[in-house]
Amino acid sequence: MGKTLFEKVWDSHVVIDDGNKNTGDTNAPSLIYVDRHLVHEVTSPQAFASLKQSGRQVRHPELTIATTDHNVSTENRTLPIVDSVSKMQLETLTRNCKEFGITIYDINSPEQGIVHVIGPELGFTLPGTTIVCGDSHTSTHGAFGALAFGIGTSEVEHVLATQCIWMYKPKSFLIKIEGNPRKSHAITSKDIILKIIRKIGTDGGTGTVIEYRGDVISRLSMEQRMTICNMSIEGGARAGLIAPDETTFNYLKGRRYAPKETELEGLIEFWTANLKSDANAKFDRVETINVTDLAPQVTWGTNPSMVADITDSIPSPEEFAQGNENKRKLAVRALEYMNLEPGTPLTNLHVDRVFIGSCTNSRLEDLIEASLVVKGRKVSTKVRAMVVPGSQKVKSDAEKLGLDTVFKDSGFEWRESGCSMCLGMNPDILLPGERCASTSNRNFEGRQGAGGRTHLVSPIMAAACALEGHFVDVRDWL
Amino acid sequence: MIPLDMMNVDTDQIIPKQFLKLIQKSGYGDFLFYDRRFGHDGRPKKDFILNDPKFEKRQILLTRDNFGCGSSREHAVWALFDYGIRVVIASSFADIFYNNCFKRGLLPIYLSQSEIEYIFNLVHTDDVIAEISLDKQTISISGKKMNFNIDPTRKKMLLEGIDEIGFTLSLNDQILDYEKASRVVDYNKYLV
Ligand code: SF4
Repeated sequence: MGKTLFEKVWDSHVVIDDGNKNTGDTNAPSLIYVDRHLVHEVTSPQAFASLKQSGRQVRHPELTIATTDHNVSTENRTLPIVDSVSKMQLETLTRNCKEFGITIYDINSPEQGIVHVIGPELGFTLPGTTIVCGDSHTSTHGAFGALAFGIGTSEVEHVLATQCIWMYKPKSFLIKIEGNPRKSHAITSKDIILKIIRKIGTDGGTGTVIEYRGDVISRLSMEQRMTICNMSIEGGARAGLIAPDETTFNYLKGRRYAPKETELEGLIEFWTANLKSDANAKFDRVETINVTDLAPQVTWGTNPSMVADITDSIPSPEEFAQGNENKRKLAVRALEYMNLEPGTPLTNLHVDRVFIGSCTNSRLEDLIEASLVVKGRKVSTKVRAMVVPGSQKVKSDAEKLGLDTVFKDSGFEWRESGCSMCLGMNPDILLPGERCASTSNRNFEGRQGAGGRTHLVSPIMAAACALEGHFVDVRDWL
Repeated sequence: MIPLDMMNVDTDQIIPKQFLKLIQKSGYGDFLFYDRRFGHDGRPKKDFILNDPKFEKRQILLTRDNFGCGSSREHAVWALFDYGIRVVIASSFADIFYNNCFKRGLLPIYLSQSEIEYIFNLVHTDDVIAEISLDKQTISISGKKMNFNIDPTRKKMLLEGIDEIGFTLSLNDQILDYEKASRVVDYNKYLV
């Protein structure tokens, strides 16, 4: 029988199969080799400290790169960091990297950025590799046909010391995306992934690696594919995968860490032949979704499965729960937290803030798309809107195109790169009760600031929302 | 046993981001469920279960589907552990959280929906004592005995407190063999 793409990448990284057979475990973990490791300041200090304490080395410092992103200020970088605890965490990472010989793109680097933005940007992310990071959105890198997943801090330490990880083999889940969205320029990959999570639920992918496939996917740029894979974790999956193709290979050319010329050609040949699911491969689960009539998606609740079409109204808890009492209770609580009444049209919802950023939607293409909506128009006087580029490179590329001027002229704040208000570890936070249209990936209670109310949308939806001061159907605009 | 009657409890709630700036592994207990436990004025919220004196100093947390979803932060496990929780019983767990539990010696037990419902019904009316045997993989509550599943490897890890890194390093020959001989594509070489 054929193999899935996931199985192929998995099998080619097994160092020890069922390593703990001696315990009589029928489903024992395997020891998996890790080709690429990304590190950031928040989930690594304890790993380095413990490594030092036990007198251990980093096995392959050259296979790891680090950046500071979660905790950094997005304001003027020449100013000193005011928060002393943040400062300490940033300095700790720099010190650890120096001590262990790991390359770091820190706050002073022109290549600093959100870990999942700079990995691909630097060509560090390659098809067919295994990639880990102490961060759940590592699934982003699956857009290249890499098996990429988030790990905890203890595992970060384990990977640093051994370049391997013990892992129970996940199941495989194929999501076929059929049809072509009408008004396709107004329907983005963010809408597709929100629709998928709406369908499968936040735990629909638990224990699986999702492969996304379909004509729509093949036509997407790498940026858009990354948005889809990025949010696989919001559907509970360990990882998301898209088979690499011409688009993928073209993206790699000329990037810092990507192999060059003949070496790359050779790899492309190998990847083309090997990195796709066989026609007769069997998936543990298959779902199909049709996107022909897909409308822009907006979340109304406090998890990424609480999603509605922009043309809809806020659902009642009963409607959402479909007879599941626990889900009903969850929706009641979500509506209370979000301060929403069932039956209110989504387009009636006013927002206080707009955030365009995060590893889901802060790449150059996202900013270009959003700028097209914004150009020549003004942000509503009731809204505070900001753009936080995913990396310094995205920022400077965007500035070369004059996007900073477009955004600033219309009333957006134009910031330095980082995670920013995706999780609000730095001063970029929502105040209690503030409502925000956000291009990030999590609308959990308090995620963007205690008491803050988050609605997840695509960059163009966020942009249009900033101008009007409430949600609008961006299809009417484009 | 603390009944936290909610599904989809995410790690952002278990330990909010403002406490992720620390660089040590302990001292997170006071921050467990911080924004749920305390109001904007820093006062305990009366309606949150952890503030109910009836459930003080309990070691078991009972909850529902998909516990620990969202962020990979192991701080969530550290916070539960530091607070004094030793066992979390739920109908299902998010993958990364489930994995993280074992690194700190926290036992995650998943039971069927009906078993979870049964225990919730008991706890809602009374403070219950549960007897848990990891060795036998059983929970006894008010005379009812339930079995739970756990992989032998993970069970061994909890019972014996294995140094996982030390164990993997002892397999160095096999890692070397992979690096030098058996891998199909050597992706390391592009980074040296
Ligand atoms: S942008 Fe948000 S989701 Fe992405 S790595 Fe940063 S905090 Fe995590």
